[in-house]
Formats: sequence, C-alpha cells, structure tokens
Amino acid sequence: MTDETLLSARKLSLSYGMLPALVDVDVDLWPGEMLAVVGESGSGKTTLLNVLSGRLAPDAGAVWYRDPDGHLHDVHAMPAPALRTLHRSDWGFVHQDPRQNLRMNVTAGGNVGERLMAQGARHYGSIREQAIDWLTQVEIDAGRIDDMPRTFSGGMLQRLQIARTLVTHPRLVFMDEPTGSLDVSVQARLLDLIRSLVTRLNIAVVLVTHDIGVARLLAHRIIVMQRGRVVETGLTDQVLDDPQHPYTQLLVSSVLHA
Amino acid sequence: MSQVMLRTTALAKSFTLHLQGGVRIPVLSAIGLDLHSGECIVLSGPSGVGKSTLMRSLYGNYRAESGHILIRHRGEMVDLATADPRTILAVRHETLGYVSQFLRVVPRVPAVDVVAEVPTGRGASQDEARRIATDLLLRLNIPRRLHGLPPATFSGGEQQRVNLARGFIGNHPVLLLDEPTASLDAENRAVVISMINEAKARGTAIIAICHDAEVRDAIADRLFALTPLQDAA
Ligand SMILES: Nc1ncnc2c1ncn2[C@@H]1O[C@H](COP(=O)(O)OP(=O)(O)OP(=O)(O)O)[C@@H](O)[C@H]1O
Ligand SMILES: Nc1ncnc2c1ncn2[C@@H]1O[C@H](COP(=O)(O)OP(=O)(O)OP(=O)(O)O)[C@@H](O)[C@H]1O
Ligand SMILES: [Mg+2]
Ligand SMILES: [Mg+2]
Repeated sequence: MTDETLLSARKLSLSYGMLPALVDVDVDLWPGEMLAVVGESGSGKTTLLNVLSGRLAPDAGAVWYRDPDGHLHDVHAMPAPALRTLHRSDWGFVHQDPRQNLRMNVTAGGNVGERLMAQGARHYGSIREQAIDWLTQVEIDAGRIDDMPRTFSGGMLQRLQIARTLVTHPRLVFMDEPTGSLDVSVQARLLDLIRSLVTRLNIAVVLVTHDIGVARLLAHRIIVMQRGRVVETGLTDQVLDDPQHPYTQLLVSSVLHA
Repeated sequence: MSQVMLRTTALAKSFTLHLQGGVRIPVLSAIGLDLHSGECIVLSGPSGVGKSTLMRSLYGNYRAESGHILIRHRGEMVDLATADPRTILAVRHETLGYVSQFLRVVPRVPAVDVVAEVPTGRGASQDEARRIATDLLLRLNIPRRLHGLPPATFSGGEQQRVNLARGFIGNHPVLLLDEPTASLDAENRAVVISMINEAKARGTAIIAICHDAEVRDAIADRLFALTPLQDAA
C-alpha cells in the first residue's frame, strides 16, 4: 500500500457568477483506486471533474498530479502543451456522450489507433493489431473494425470510447456518467466491463455518477456533494449503509436497492 | 495460550435519523469483547438488540461512534474505529472476512468468479483461483452446471452458499458470520458446521450470529449476550 497520492486537490473553489459550484473541495486519489463522486443534479460533480482534470481553472485552490517518476505537477500551472500530453498519455477521459470523444467520421479501428498514433506509434500492422485486441476486450466484434461509429448502437459507442481511452494504458481515468445514457440491461454489461478492465490494469478512476448502485458496485471510496460542497466522504459501503449527513441519508433513502 | 485477535473496548453505537426529525437510536454501549484465535463467539440476544449492528461495526461497515475496535493485522493491533478507509480495505483484504446474511450480486459475474475474486485479488492465477473456488462450491453442494452462471437467479439457499464460499476461500484469520445457515437444509448445515470447525482448528477466530440452537451448540465456545440498552441503563 503506497502512501503517495496520484492526484490531490486542496480547497478548490469555483463560482459561476453568484452561484458557488465548488466550495473548499479537497480530493485525494491513490494509484489503482476507484473514487465515486455522487450528488444530485447541479451539485457540482462535472465541474469538479473538469477542474481535477485541468480542463477548467478553479477560482482558488490547487490540483497536484504525481507522474510515474514521482514528480509532482501543479495541474493548473502546467503549460498547455504539457497538459495536452498528459491527457494523451497518462490520463483518459470518458464522457457521458461518446460522440464528444470519438471522431464520428473515422472508422472504429481508426478511433482506437489514433490515440496510439498520438503517442508516437507508427507501425500500421501493430496499431491495427492493438485496435483489434481492444475492440475484442470491449466486446465489439473485430469484424466491425472498418465500420463507422455512426453505425454503432449507444452501448457500442460507449464501449468504443472506452477502448479508445484505455488503449494507451492510462494510469488515471476521469469518467462522467459513463452509463448514464444507456438502458439498464446495457448498463450492467458496461459496468462489469469497466470493473474488470480497471481492476486488471490497476487504473485509478474518478467516477462521477448520480447512480448510487453504480458507485456501490465500482468504487472503493465515495464523495457526496451537495451545492458544491463535500458533505460526506469515506469507505463506499460505510457511507451508503451508515450515512451520517442528512443529505446522504436522503440520497440513500430515495433509492430502492442501493 | 492463543492470542487475542480482536478486542473491543467501550464500543458504542447509535443511529441519528435526520429524516425522522433527528431522533437518536442508541443501540450499543460499553461493548467489551475479546476474541482469541481458534475461538468462536456467538452473539446472542433478542431480535433488534443490535447483533448485526455490532458485527457490521466490527467490519467497518457501520461507523463506530466511540470506543475502540482493535484487530491483529500483520502482527500489529489496528484500531478500525479510527482507521482510514484504505487501511480498513487492507484489513478486509488480508485479515478480516465477513459473510453477510445475503449475497450482494454483481451483474454478469459467474458464481465461480464471485468466489475466485478473493484469491485473484491476492495475486493467484485465474486457473488456480477458479480451481479452489470450484472445489469449495462443490463441497457446498452447488452443482457444477451452476458455477458458470451469475448467482442473480439462484435460490436463496444457493446464493447463501456462494456467499459462504466467498467468505471462506480467503482463510482470513478473523471471520464474521451473520446467520450463515439461515436458509440451508440439514445436509448443507452440516457442511457449514464442519467448515467452521475446521477453520477454528486452523486458528481462525470467529464471531457468529445464529438463531439455530443446533448449529450454535456445534460451533460456539461461548456466547456473548447483548441486552437492550433501556434495560441495561
Ligand atoms: N458554464 C457554466 N455557466 C454557468 N453555470 C454553470 C456552468 N456549468 C455549470 N454551471 C452550474 O453549476 C452548477 C454545477 O453544475 P455541474 O454541471 O457541475 O453539476 P452536476 O453535479 O454535474 O449535475 P448533473 O448531475 O446534472 O450533471 C449547476 O448549478 C450548473 O447550472
Ligand atoms: N443502518 C441503520 N440505520 C438506522 N438504524 C439501524 C440501522 N441498522 C440497524 N439499525 C437499528 O439498530 C437496532 C438493532 O438492529 P440489528 O439489526 O443490529 O438487530 P439484530 O440484533 O441483528 O436483530 P435480528 O436478530 O432481528 O437480526 C434496530 O433498532 C435497528 O432498527
Ligand atoms: Mg454532470
Ligand atoms: Mg441481525
């Protein structure tokens, strides 16, 4: 058990005009750990994810990332090219809407291969081989490799996005409602897939979800947000089975079988 | 002399129900319990007295309100009442096993992998982990044809036996069992009793809740009686 965090944020605050979207938020994430961020719509989950991943600058506070050599980087003080490199290599981002991440006019194989090429891979045969391997891992028939994403179902698009994200073996993946737009039967399959891939590859994940069942299934620890503040945090099963804060009790009591 | 594996001192637990106007329900108070290796303590007391609450607190599933829960982990006593989440997970991984009353099923994961997850999580190869899991499932009379299926559609008794296999496969030095035989027939009860007694012989320290007098007599070294707080006060 290493004591060094992969990602740490302290005192993050951000307002949209008069609206406080983040208030004094602290986050720690260790290698290989799955952290769920839950809370009602508008509580600041996506804002937090965007600030943690350097896509949105906070009004106050800081985010540090520890690279594989152990060096700390202040994410919001990094030069833009360095941050872009980080997003292409060590990090991944899985959006609720896969179309935000995928190139819809490029084949499925191209979508997966592109991330590898962005990292400097040049050998066509090997790129295609890895693309086939990853399509198979996310349970997309390798025969679809030359098809365009627009011919894919919602669940397939989401799996393609996951293949595209994981092909570079990121150490840290940010996920915003990865199963939110899918129907329930497809969700279960995707959750199982995320669970096994992330465990096997030892990837750390910050997972935003409004679905307590998803958090229970996937996360080691959980953060509960309300109106931009962290109202409760801890071991997932403890927070869900013995919630202390009134808002967490409300959240847990309003789902059937969490 | 066998050593203390788990010790609680002055453990207290109450629930505050914020949705019911903040009413406070005191459940546990001044719980002092010593559990030695190779020993099985059965929690007793009327329904609603707090047996499951105590067990869940020992597992870190419920948050202890005050007092200490010391557990021997990697040769040192760790206080689960104050440990951070990652320490609690490490203790559960290596030292502290728990068989809940009901299996919480994960969609799409076959029974054999539900059980094999524990050894693979500790670095065993998938083949090796599946082999041990299969043996344990067979011992608990789960027919081979079910091993490849997710337990969601299993009967209550089958699910409980998968849960037991998952709980026993890790050979944790301390094991918590909440009603391990509640929905089992006589034959399977006998299997579970012998598994518990074999674990004790290996030095496993066990805390169990079981209403069945026959099972209790077969496994308990002593009872730990919980009394309703109002009466005790
Ligand atoms: N670009 C923006 N400009 C103004 N207000 C914004 C902007 N982005 C978010 N907000 C507001 O900030 C608050 C937090 O939004 P955020 O998207 O982080 O919520 P969320 O927890 O992700 O909600 P959901 O579960 O609905 O996705 C909301 O009240 C939202 O309306
Ligand atoms: N998560 C919880 N939130 C609120 N109250 C709880 C919670 N868990 C248990 N309680 C309350 O604590 C008390 C003790 O319950 P517990 O389940 O520990 O009893 P028990 O001794 O295991 O009973 P049984 O023999 O019926 O299983 C009950 O009043 C119960 O309602
Ligand atoms: Mg959002
Ligand atoms: Mg009980």
